[in-house]
Amino acid sequence: MEAWFSLLAGLFFAAAVYLILSKHLIRTLIGIVLLGNAVNLTLLVAGRLTREVPPIIADGLDRLPGNAANPLPQALILTAIVISFSLFAFLLVLAYRAYRVLGTDDTDRMRFAEPVDEPAPPKGY
Amino acid sequence: MIAGAADLTFLALSLPFVAACLAPVLFRLFGHRAAWLLALAPAVSFLHLAGFIAEVARGETVTGGYAWVPSYNLSFSWYIDGLALVFGLLITGIGVLVVLYAGGYLKGHPQQGRFFSFLMMFMGAMLGLVVSDSFLMLFVFWELTSITSFLLIGFDHERPAARRAALQALLVTGGGGLFLLAGLLMIWNIADVTQMSLLLSYGEVVKASPYYLAALLLVLVGAFTKSAQFPFHVWLPNAMEAPTPVSAYLHSATMVKAGVYLLMRLYPAMGGTPVWEILLPVFGGGTLLTGALMALRQTDLKLMLAYTTVASLGLLVLLVGFGSPYAIEAAVLYLVGHSLFKGALFMVAGAIDHGTGTRDLTRLGGLRRAMPVTFAAALLAALSMAGLPPFFGFLAKEEIYLALAAGNLRSILFTIVAVAGNALMFAAAFAVALKPFLGESRQTLKHPHEAPALMWIGPLVLALAGLAAALVSTAFHAAISSPMASAVRGEATAIAVGPMPHVGLPLALSAATILLGLAAYRLLDRLRDALARFFQALGPGPDQGFDEVLEALVACAVKVTRFVQPGRLDIYLSVTFAAVAAVLLLPLFLWGEAPSEPAFAWPSLSELAMLLIAVIGLAAVLVAVDRLTAIVALGIQGFAVAVLFLLFGAPDLAFTQFMIETLSVVILALVMTRLRLHASDRRPAGQRLADGAVALGCGLGLTLLLLKATEGVFDTALGDFFGSYSKVIAHGANVVNVIIVDFRGTDTLGEIAVVLAAGMAILALIRLGKTQKQSGK
Repeated sequence: MEAWFSLLAGLFFAAAVYLILSKHLIRTLIGIVLLGNAVNLTLLVAGRLTREVPPIIADGLDRLPGNAANPLPQALILTAIVISFSLFAFLLVLAYRAYRVLGTDDTDRMRFAEPVDEPAPPKGY
Repeated sequence: MIAGAADLTFLALSLPFVAACLAPVLFRLFGHRAAWLLALAPAVSFLHLAGFIAEVARGETVTGGYAWVPSYNLSFSWYIDGLALVFGLLITGIGVLVVLYAGGYLKGHPQQGRFFSFLMMFMGAMLGLVVSDSFLMLFVFWELTSITSFLLIGFDHERPAARRAALQALLVTGGGGLFLLAGLLMIWNIADVTQMSLLLSYGEVVKASPYYLAALLLVLVGAFTKSAQFPFHVWLPNAMEAPTPVSAYLHSATMVKAGVYLLMRLYPAMGGTPVWEILLPVFGGGTLLTGALMALRQTDLKLMLAYTTVASLGLLVLLVGFGSPYAIEAAVLYLVGHSLFKGALFMVAGAIDHGTGTRDLTRLGGLRRAMPVTFAAALLAALSMAGLPPFFGFLAKEEIYLALAAGNLRSILFTIVAVAGNALMFAAAFAVALKPFLGESRQTLKHPHEAPALMWIGPLVLALAGLAAALVSTAFHAAISSPMASAVRGEATAIAVGPMPHVGLPLALSAATILLGLAAYRLLDRLRDALARFFQALGPGPDQGFDEVLEALVACAVKVTRFVQPGRLDIYLSVTFAAVAAVLLLPLFLWGEAPSEPAFAWPSLSELAMLLIAVIGLAAVLVAVDRLTAIVALGIQGFAVAVLFLLFGAPDLAFTQFMIETLSVVILALVMTRLRLHASDRRPAGQRLADGAVALGCGLGLTLLLLKATEGVFDTALGDFFGSYSKVIAHGANVVNVIIVDFRGTDTLGEIAVVLAAGMAILALIRLGKTQKQSGK
């Protein structure tokens, strides 16, 4: 099963990168969301897959049975989901503000920090 | 040594730095009179060092210090022998006079406190440089003198010429310092010692090493840049942009001699080889002639003195490299004499500038009545510079000719060079000291008036010192010159030359020098025009080359920056992800770590369905023409991933993912409706191809990496730990929750902080928009 998931993670990553490379901020943002999923899948696969049995200790038992899923990647992914959502929300608002101020969402035309016709620095002292 | 003596010496060495910190405060309290207080710092250091004279004259050395990095055998330690002591006395002694002089010269300047501070810092650095025992300490102080020199030359930073001169001095001397560092590291490697005092006895080892030549060349670049040897000399005349006290102190008496100091210091360890005795005299002799000729071409008093300083430094390097015992003695005498008379003459030039408003030789004359004290100091110093008896310069000159004059071709050649150089400097000395004072009075910017006491104490004391040292030459040699020469040569040396002329070859050469010099002085105006034409014909010099190199450097930096940072986000991102793909893919193939053929076990129907839905969702996002479709399709893959989490035993993840995906889609759609955008944003075919290639590379790399990673045996230690202890220790049944709130609680705290920070940033951005809109209306 890990092989299928490796392939899926790769596909997610490829799609995310393709979207991030777009010159339009909305596509880039969608790519960021996909990137989060790609990373989560990667974490899950790296911790190996176990079908159906969640890492919950049943009543009367002291420890997790051997056939339960690996709890560590799940904890990591849970953190990652929340963080990537925060990042996404922040980037979304930032992109929105940038659009309102600069009047475009085309990254080629967003040259506020590095203007096209920046004058050359002084030659000496 | 008495108890605590080391601490006292350390105190004497740090006093200038303490004074540097106090200078601005003192200036605010006392104005230019703060100079009297500040001069106490070098005066105390001078007296402390003078206390070592007897000890050092007996051939002993004063050492001390503190461990710095013991594991690397680095220490903050000083080693005061005859060489270091004389330099220390010159630095602190002239330092006292320069501080007083600066008090008068810059009186009323609003930044005088800062100036004192820089000057004191330089003094501390220079003092540290000459007493340094450890290589690293020497290097640190060496570069510190470059930096303080930069600050002092650029003191008048509103003038472009001053800024240029400061930068040039820093680049040349500071850059040379880096060569010196490399050279010192090589010496360290060869001799396996980090202390000068130990290195002195390793001379044979160093000279026999195959790396000797490389180490010598590196050290020489350091020394030649600092001591303004041709063709690195350009920075020194330009440094005359600095206020005159700086020119008198740094650029004639002390800092420029650091290179000569280094050569003298390393003489026992590296000197005396054929390479040494060729390179040093050739560069020194060339510098001597260039400097002397350039000096006579000038009409500005300070520039004239600056070029004679270049010439003098050349003479010193020539002497250190010449290779006879007398030559070292001559170098020692000339170094001391030069510090005294050149410091005095610079101060005289400053006083003339101060009194009349100009330093142009052709516009000065007849000042002897208006400025009698300055005239006296100038005359005394010039007589010493010209090498007339009974002044100290005469002793030096006698010794120089004694050292150089011999029957072989090399000696004859360098004797001619020395006589010519000295004759030209003779003319320059009297041009500076006589021309402005004799002849008709000229109309100048200011009505000529005598300099204030603060400004004539310095030159007069220095000029008189040059006379006194010669008159009591026996005692002076015993206390100062001979111990210094002994330290340089590494064996006991007694200098005998006195102020009384003795008939002989040296005297004859002195006479020839004087005659030639007189002729040059008489013909000065014609000589100047001829030299001006000569140098004009030679074309642009290294000074212009410096500008060209700097401009080319800036142009190159601009080109590189514009190439690396074209300002387009997609290029930055393409490069970044291409690098990611390369990092993922290359090692797998270069080191043969590609995974073996994976086993694609057939999944269950539900799993297969969810996998397919996820892929379809991805495809839908990618091919969606308008953005709203893309956003909705984003929900498909998100939910599919959530269900996959559920299927593989992660219900907590599944529920979080459901919520987050829903929120993302809703928010994106909401924001989208507020942007008035074109529906479609298709990329041109070429870009699709390039982006697609990068994306596929990244995806393939991740897949292969994961296949390789999951091939190996899985270490379940962590999972077992959490599974075993969640209930027993942390009393929770849901292991994932226990990990998050308990085992990795601080991590979760950090996560909460990130969410909070993001939330506040979002709030700020939204608020910012609102206030802008309101103020806009």
